[in-house]
Amino acid sequence: MGKVKFLQGNHACVEGAVAAGARFYAGYPITPSSEVAQAASDKLPPLGGYYVQMEDEIASMAAIVGSSLSGLKSFTATSGPGLSLMQENLGMAIMGEVPCVIIDVARGGPSTGLATKQAQGDVMQTRWGTHGDHTIIVVTPASVQECFDLTVRAFNLSEKYRTPVIVLTDKTIGHLREKVDVRDPSEIEIIDRKRPTCPPGDYKPYRADADGIPPLAAYGDKHLLRINSSMHGEEGFINQSPQNATALSKRLYDKIENNVADIGRIKTFQTEDAEIVIISFGISARSAFRSAALARQAGIKAGAIQLQTLWPFPRPQVQEALGNSCRRLLVAEMNMGQLALEVERVFTDMEVYRVNKWSGEDLLPREILDRLKEVSE
Amino acid sequence: MTDYRDYLREELFPQMWCSGCSHGISLGSIARAMAALNLERHKTVVSTGIGCWGKADDYFRTHVFHGTHGRALSFATGIKVAKPELTVLALMGDGDGVTIGGNHFIHSARRNLDMTAIITNNFNYGMTGGQYSASSPEGSITTTSKYGTMEEGFDICSLAIASGATFVARVNPYHVTQMDKLIAEAIAHKGFSVVEILSNCPTYFARYNQKASAVEMMKYFKERSLSRKKYDALPEEEKENYFLTGKLHQVVKDDFHKKYKDLQKRARETAEEVS
Repeated sequence: MGKVKFLQGNHACVEGAVAAGARFYAGYPITPSSEVAQAASDKLPPLGGYYVQMEDEIASMAAIVGSSLSGLKSFTATSGPGLSLMQENLGMAIMGEVPCVIIDVARGGPSTGLATKQAQGDVMQTRWGTHGDHTIIVVTPASVQECFDLTVRAFNLSEKYRTPVIVLTDKTIGHLREKVDVRDPSEIEIIDRKRPTCPPGDYKPYRADADGIPPLAAYGDKHLLRINSSMHGEEGFINQSPQNATALSKRLYDKIENNVADIGRIKTFQTEDAEIVIISFGISARSAFRSAALARQAGIKAGAIQLQTLWPFPRPQVQEALGNSCRRLLVAEMNMGQLALEVERVFTDMEVYRVNKWSGEDLLPREILDRLKEVSE
Repeated sequence: MTDYRDYLREELFPQMWCSGCSHGISLGSIARAMAALNLERHKTVVSTGIGCWGKADDYFRTHVFHGTHGRALSFATGIKVAKPELTVLALMGDGDGVTIGGNHFIHSARRNLDMTAIITNNFNYGMTGGQYSASSPEGSITTTSKYGTMEEGFDICSLAIASGATFVARVNPYHVTQMDKLIAEAIAHKGFSVVEILSNCPTYFARYNQKASAVEMMKYFKERSLSRKKYDALPEEEKENYFLTGKLHQVVKDDFHKKYKDLQKRARETAEEVS
């Protein structure tokens, strides 16, 4: 049986990770994510797990890649500047196809910017922070309960698709305390990576099954594992032929982008008959839902969508949620307009408006409502 | 005793390194050490970074990891912490090991995880065309120091000892028997061990620094490598012209896992008390 607790978002992420089966954490302290490290250092050792405090975020990201390959579900946590340092080895995890979870508790930037204040400026850093053509899964909780639930989901997606997954929260959710149902592992779906079933001698670490995902052995198995961050063939040896480079990049992209139906998730508020729908994520989505309710009272047929999956953009889910009467979208986010770029790209047949704030303070329902009224005139 | 060739993928030979490069000697030496210790191939992981020596993993018939530049030890840390029964070797050059990866090197030594760092030090970046590294001796001519470097190079072994490594040795590619023996000893050592292999880059470093051929470079290593006793007997001003080789440091200390097991036990007891 699970337990109902009163926790902050950062702690709920650790509870979620532990419930999902994570037993290894490597990280470097950074505000406003440090409570994730503190809770991990408290929770993992009694379970026979490991907390290792590394010398920087570069090493932290590397260590969770290594431990995952030794067979332990692994995670780290950081904030914007630390995520920047992790980007090279995040790319390694994408290229090497290593399951792991990165919790990014966003704060104001750029650089050391607003170290203790609120922002949602990592929308594009999570999507495009590492170099080269790639894709990535990013989930975005809007409550402490979702910090738990979506961290579990992040591990499941990571294991299922053999890829790193980012849980993007923010300073407010990270430190917000709410009631959370810490479910027992027996009460939740837990997905473990596909393991090889072939004889050891036949194993090729990058030979994909029909679903585009190769089974993953662990170091120490009889199936010898050859992990390679360079463009490689099925056996893991470097292969820089144009044909291989084309095919491998495509497979890594397709295994995620072709499964948006499975990966994408949203929550909706009165979108069926809405003429204008607010699209948001994280803590801003809660302001968005509230402002849509207030707008209804004021006679504006507004609805709202919370993206629980930020990347890949959950296009089919959003399209399905929007009713026939919707002609306008309002993208609400605490940055100068990052998610709006994607919404504008996807919904070319709609008028897309923006409401943004980058002062270090949360975006309030009243502010979104004012903008709703402005664009509804 | 196992055949050292069991640990190698000889079907991929000839090796990709330039003729006269000493990396092939180091590769063979590591394989011989593995054989001498009778390591199980599936319980052995070789982690590499980027650079000429970063290609070494191609030739091992063990578990391998080939990742980003300078981070071989950081990946290896995760690999080893999560599965203590593995024998883990991080193979790095002077660029990987003590330049871009210098921070990871000192902290790995401090952490005293039971794994082995093997650093082939050829005093420059071979793969990218012979630029100076953090181990190039002052005055070195390289493709980015036409007028000679004005920075001092690291003494890798002193750095390792000061940082807390519990086994440190320096070897050269001429004295291969010693290399085989000390690599095996380093792997067998319980704790963080470092073997610096003085290495020969005939294509760049040797050519630019008046040691034009691989043979001359080998003679140089042979003549300039001294045991502790002979090295200490040199006049102070002569010492910079010689390499102190052999086993330089070994101490017995609890390794990371020994201490971590104790920590887990204390944590379990505390958790039980709380609940």
